[in-house]
Amino acid sequence: MSELLEVKNLSVSFFTPEGEVQAVRDVSFSLRAGEVLAVVGESGCGKSVLCKSIMKLLPPAARIKSGSIAVNGADITAYRERDMRKLRGRLFSMVFQDPMTSLDPTMTIGAQIAEAVRVHRPEISKPELHTCVVELMALVGIERPEERMKLYPHNFSGGMRQRSVMAAALAGSPSILFADEPTTALDVTIQAQILDLLRDIQQKLGTATVFVTHDLGVVARVADRVAVMYAGKIVETGTAEEIFYDPRHPYTWGLLRALPALSRGRETLYTIPGMPPTLLDPPRGDAFACRNEYALAIDYEEEPPMFRVTDTHYAATWLLDERAPKITPPVGGGTDA
Amino acid sequence: MPDEILLDVQRLTHVFPLTKKTAVKAVDDVSFQLRRGEIFGLVGESGSGKSTVARCVMNICKPRSGHIFYQGIDTCDPAAFRANRRMLQRTRQLIFQDSGSSLNQRMKVCDIIAEPMKLQRITPPRGSYRAEAMFQMHYVGLDAGYLDKYPTSLSGGQRQRVAIARALAMEPALLVADEPVSSLDVSIQAQIVNLFKHLQKEHGFTFLFIAHDLAMVEFLCDRVGVMYRGRLVEAAPTVELFANPLHGYTQALLSAIPIPDPRRERARRLAGFHGGELPAGGELTEVRPGHYVLREGGSAR
Repeated sequence: MSELLEVKNLSVSFFTPEGEVQAVRDVSFSLRAGEVLAVVGESGCGKSVLCKSIMKLLPPAARIKSGSIAVNGADITAYRERDMRKLRGRLFSMVFQDPMTSLDPTMTIGAQIAEAVRVHRPEISKPELHTCVVELMALVGIERPEERMKLYPHNFSGGMRQRSVMAAALAGSPSILFADEPTTALDVTIQAQILDLLRDIQQKLGTATVFVTHDLGVVARVADRVAVMYAGKIVETGTAEEIFYDPRHPYTWGLLRALPALSRGRETLYTIPGMPPTLLDPPRGDAFACRNEYALAIDYEEEPPMFRVTDTHYAATWLLDERAPKITPPVGGGTDA
Repeated sequence: MPDEILLDVQRLTHVFPLTKKTAVKAVDDVSFQLRRGEIFGLVGESGSGKSTVARCVMNICKPRSGHIFYQGIDTCDPAAFRANRRMLQRTRQLIFQDSGSSLNQRMKVCDIIAEPMKLQRITPPRGSYRAEAMFQMHYVGLDAGYLDKYPTSLSGGQRQRVAIARALAMEPALLVADEPVSSLDVSIQAQIVNLFKHLQKEHGFTFLFIAHDLAMVEFLCDRVGVMYRGRLVEAAPTVELFANPLHGYTQALLSAIPIPDPRRERARRLAGFHGGELPAGGELTEVRPGHYVLREGGSAR
C-alpha cells in the first residue's frame, strides 16, 4: 500500500512569554490508505498539537520549526492558508472531543451537515442536497434521519451529537479523518458504539483514521497500528498486536499496567510515579527517565534512538540496546481468563 | 456499629419541568441505603439521573416526593433541615466532576481549602488556617509549594486533589463524589482512585461514588447500584454484580468495558440494550441475599 500521509522529523513549538514550549519534538510517522492509527499518551504530551499541525489549525503563537508533512507525495509544509482551505474537509477532516462545542446550537443538525456538503459541492441542487444529508446521517447510524435532521443539537444526546459531527466531517469524503479523543466526553456504552462506528466507516469508505486518545484500553478495538507519545515524542510504534502482546518501552508498560482491567483483584491500582515533564525546558537525555523504574545511567545522559524490534515495531529505549541488561516486561501477552 | 444505616433514600422522585405541559422524570422512585463506612457506587449512562440523586442527597435539589434520612433526620423536611443545618452541612461533603469550574479561579489553593472551615467558624485544630490547609494538602499527596498557587496553574489531577482536600477538611461522615475522575487521564484516574481508597480506609467516611466507568467502580466500591432512565434497575455487592448481572441494561453496560487485548476485543460482540421504556410498575426484588433487580409487578415473579 502507498503512503497517504508521511510526517518526517516534525517539530512544533509554542512561543510563549515564558519561553519556547517544544510541544512536538522530532516526530516521524506514516499513514497508509484505509488504516487506523491510534496516537496514545497522557494529556500535554503533544498528541492534539500533532494533529492540528498537520491540519494547520494551530494558534498564531505556534510554529512548525522543522520537518515536513507530505500528503499523497505532495509536500504541504509550506502551504498557505488559502491552499490549506482547499485541502481541509476534502483531504482531511477532524472530529473534536466535545461535540457540543463543535456544533452550532442555533442551527438544526440537518442544516449543519448540509452546510458542510455545500462547501464542497457548491453547485448541488436542493433535492440532491437533501438526499445527501439523509445518506450521511444514515451512514453514521442516526435512525430516522428524515425527522431528526430538523432537530437542534440540544435535542440530541452526547452520542448522537458526536455522530452528527462525524457526518459533517465525512461530508467532503476525506481520505484522512483525525479523531481527537472523540469518546472521552461520552459514557462507556456510547463509547463502544462510536468506536464500532469509526471502524465501520473506515471499512465502508476506506478512510484512513488517526485516532487520538489517552486510554490504551479503547485502542484495542479500533486500531491497526498504535503510536505511543510521551513529552512530544513518539516513544514506541507498532501494530496493535505488537503493542499489547509485546510492548518494549517502559512507558507503554506503565500505561498498560494502569488500566484497571489488568489490576483485577489487587489492592491498589498501578500508577506511573511522578508527573510528565514540562516541555518548556525538556530534561536532558530520555524525558521519561526520572519516572522510569528501569532507567539506566545512560537514560539521564543521552536520548535513546528508535531501536528496531520488527519491521513494523520500533521503540525508543536504551533497554533495547544490546549492552542493556535483560528485563522481563511486567505486562504483555494479553489478558488471561 | 458496622451495620448502622447512615443514609436512607426512600422512593425518591424528582421531576424537572420543561414547559408548562411537559416534564422530565429525572429520578423515579429510587430507594437505597448506605451503611456507615461503606463505598456505594452509582453507575448509569448520562441522563440516567445519577447526578440528580447526588444533588437531592446534598439538598441542592428539592425532590418532588420521597424521603432522604441522614442519621435519622429527614433532610427533605425544611424544619428538620433548619434545626440541624450546621451538622448537615458540615458532615456531608460533595466533590464535583469538573475541578476547573468547582474551584474559584481567583482564590489561592490555601484559601480554597480553608474556606469551608472559615464559613463554619471552626477553630483550626492545628493552630492556623494555613497550617490546616498544609496538613490537608499533605494528606492528599500534594506538595506544600502549591499553597499559594491559583487553580489555573495546576493540572487536572492536582486540582481534583485540592477539591478532595477541601471536602476532607470538614472531616465528613458522608462524602458524595459526582464523577470525580471522568475528566482525567487514565493514569491520573488510577492515582485518584487509589487515593480515595486509601483515604476511606484511614478516615472511615461513607462514600457515594458516582461514575459511568464500571472498571473503576469494580475496583473501588463495596456495593453498586445501576441506574437507567431515572430508575434503579439493579443493586448488589460488587463481586456479585460483576459475576452475575441479571438486568439487561447491566449486562449491556458490563459488555461495553473495553478489554486491552486486540484479538479478544475484536472478536467480541457488544450486547446491546434496547429495552426502551421500562415497565411502569416494577419493584426491586431481592433475588439473592443483597442482590436486588427491578422486576415487573413486584415480588410475585
